[in-house]
Amino acid sequence: MEPKRITIFAGHYGSGKTNIAVNYAIRIKQNGYPVKIGDMDIVNPYFRTKDSAKELSDAGIELISPAFANSNVDLPALPQQLYALVWDKSYYAVLDVGGDDRGAYALGRYADFIKEENNYEMVFVANFFRPLTPDADSAIEVMREIEDACKIKFTSVVNNSNLGNLTTAKDVESTFNKAKELCEKTGLPLLFTSCTQEVSKNLNADNTFAMTLQKKYFDIKEI
Amino acid sequence: MSNKVLMKGNEAIAEAAIKAGCRHYFGYPITPQTEIAAYMAKRMPKIGGTFLQAESEVSAINMVYGVAGAGFRVMTSSSSPGISLKQEGISYIAGADLPALIVNVQRGGPGLGGIQPSQSDYFQATKGGGHGDYRLIVVAPASVQEMADLTIKSFDLSDKYRVPTMLLADGTLGQMMEPVELPELEVKEVEKPWAVRGTKGERKHNIVNSLYLNPEQLEQTNFERYERYAEIEKNEVMYEEFMMEDAEYCVVSFGIASRISKNAVVEARKQGIKVGLIRPITLWPFPKAVLKKASETVKGFISVELSMGQMIEDVRLAIDCSRPVVLCNRTGGMIPSPEQVLESIKKMAKEVK
Repeated sequence: MEPKRITIFAGHYGSGKTNIAVNYAIRIKQNGYPVKIGDMDIVNPYFRTKDSAKELSDAGIELISPAFANSNVDLPALPQQLYALVWDKSYYAVLDVGGDDRGAYALGRYADFIKEENNYEMVFVANFFRPLTPDADSAIEVMREIEDACKIKFTSVVNNSNLGNLTTAKDVESTFNKAKELCEKTGLPLLFTSCTQEVSKNLNADNTFAMTLQKKYFDIKEI
Repeated sequence: MSNKVLMKGNEAIAEAAIKAGCRHYFGYPITPQTEIAAYMAKRMPKIGGTFLQAESEVSAINMVYGVAGAGFRVMTSSSSPGISLKQEGISYIAGADLPALIVNVQRGGPGLGGIQPSQSDYFQATKGGGHGDYRLIVVAPASVQEMADLTIKSFDLSDKYRVPTMLLADGTLGQMMEPVELPELEVKEVEKPWAVRGTKGERKHNIVNSLYLNPEQLEQTNFERYERYAEIEKNEVMYEEFMMEDAEYCVVSFGIASRISKNAVVEARKQGIKVGLIRPITLWPFPKAVLKKASETVKGFISVELSMGQMIEDVRLAIDCSRPVVLCNRTGGMIPSPEQVLESIKKMAKEVK
C-alpha cells in the first residue's frame, strides 16, 4: 500500500486503534518508508502505544509519546515533538488518537497544519462488537462526534471487529455487511479489514491486514 | 455465534447496572474507573435515567442516599481516594438500612497513591471504612463477565437484605477488555414498603434516618441489623475452589490476583506439588467454613494479594491460626507474576511438611 504522509487512526475507545497504528507503522517501515509514530492518547492511561515501545524500537521506529505515559502519573499533556511529527515532511507519520470525541480533541490543535499539507488519511476504526457501536448508524454517530472534536473529516474506514482473544473468522465475517453499510452511508472506502495473524488464516476477505497484537502490561493465560 | 460483545470491565459494570434496573447514577471522575461515568453519561439520557456528575464524591454519595431512601435502584462508583471521601455517606446509608451499590475500582494507595491496580482497600471495604457498627456485602469479581454478573447480583442482595453492597474491583479489571454476554433481565420492581415516596394520603409517613437519640432504641436497631448480617453470613457466601480435591497447600486470592494464582497453581501441579486455590467471591461474608474445612487436610496457606497483606488476617482467623499462612504480594500498583506465586508455592512445599 502507498501510504499518505500522515495516517491518523481514530474511533470509539476500545476499537483497537493502538494495535492497528503500531502494526501499520511497522508495515510501512518494512515497505521502505521512514516512519515515526505519535501517541496522542490523553484519555486512557492503561493500554497505549508505549506498551509496544520495544517492538517499535526493534523495528527502528521512533515513538513520540507523553513523558508520563504508563507511569503512575495521570497527566494529560502532549510532548512538543508531536508538532515536529506533523511538520517534518521527510518522515511519514502514524498518529494514534485517543478514543471517542474526548480523545480526538487533542488532535484538533494540529488540524490546520494537517489539512494545509493535505496529504493525510484519516481512518475510522470500527469494531461492531463494542456495545455502543453495534451497527453502522451508531458508528456514524461516533464518527461525527470525533470529526466535530478534531476538526478533520474521515477519509476511510477500517473494519477491526473483534471479540478479543475469542475472535473467530466467522465473527469477523458476520460484520462485513455492517462495514459495507457504514461505507455506503458515509461514502468512504474500506481501507482494510484487520484481524490477528491467526484469524486471518481462515478469513475470507478481499483486503485483510493481519496484525501481531501488542502485549498487555501483564500477561495471564485463560484457565 | 453468541450474543457476546467486547467490553471493558468498567463498561460491563455500567451496562449490567442498567440491565438490573438501575436508572440513577451519581459520580465524580477518577482514574481508573472513569469509563463507568462516561458510559452512564451516554446511556442514561437515552433510557430516561439520571446521570449526574456531582461536584464531589461526598455530594455523589449523599445523592445515592437520597435515591436509595426513595426506594429506587441507585449506584455510585469511584476509585480508592474517592471511596475514602464517600465513607461518611456509606455509614449513613448502612445506618438507615438502605440498599445501594458502591463500586470501588481500586488503585494504589495510601493517599493519592497512583493510578495502577491495587487491592489495598480490602480492610476499608470489609471492616467498615466509615464509623459505627455496620457491614457492607462485598463482592470481588475476577473477570469482565463477573464484573457484569456480580453487579446484577449486588443489586439483588442489597434489596433483599436492605444492606449496601460494595463491588470491589481493581484497575486491571476495570480497564481490561474481554468478551461478555449480558443477560436480558426482566426487571422486577422489588416491594419496598419502607420507601419515602409520598404517602398519597393513604398511610402514615415513612422515615429514613440514621439518628437515634434514645440509646436503647439505637442498640435495638443495631441488634436487629446484626440478625440480618447473620442471615447473610449463613446464606450468601460465594467462593470458587480450584484443584482443591487432594491439595496439600492452598493459595487464597481474589479478583485479578486469583487469575494470576491459577496459572501458578497449574504450573506447580505440573511440577508435582499438590496445591489448590480457594477464591473468595464474597469478601464479606468471608468464606470461613470452606477455609476451616480445608485446614483439616492442607498443610499451609499462601495469601496472594495486591497489598501489604490484608485478607491474610481473615485467612488466619478463618482457620484459627492452625496452619502457617504466608503472604505473596506486590503493592503500589504492581502485579505479582505467575512466576512469583509459583516460587512462593515451591518455597512452602519445601519448608512446610
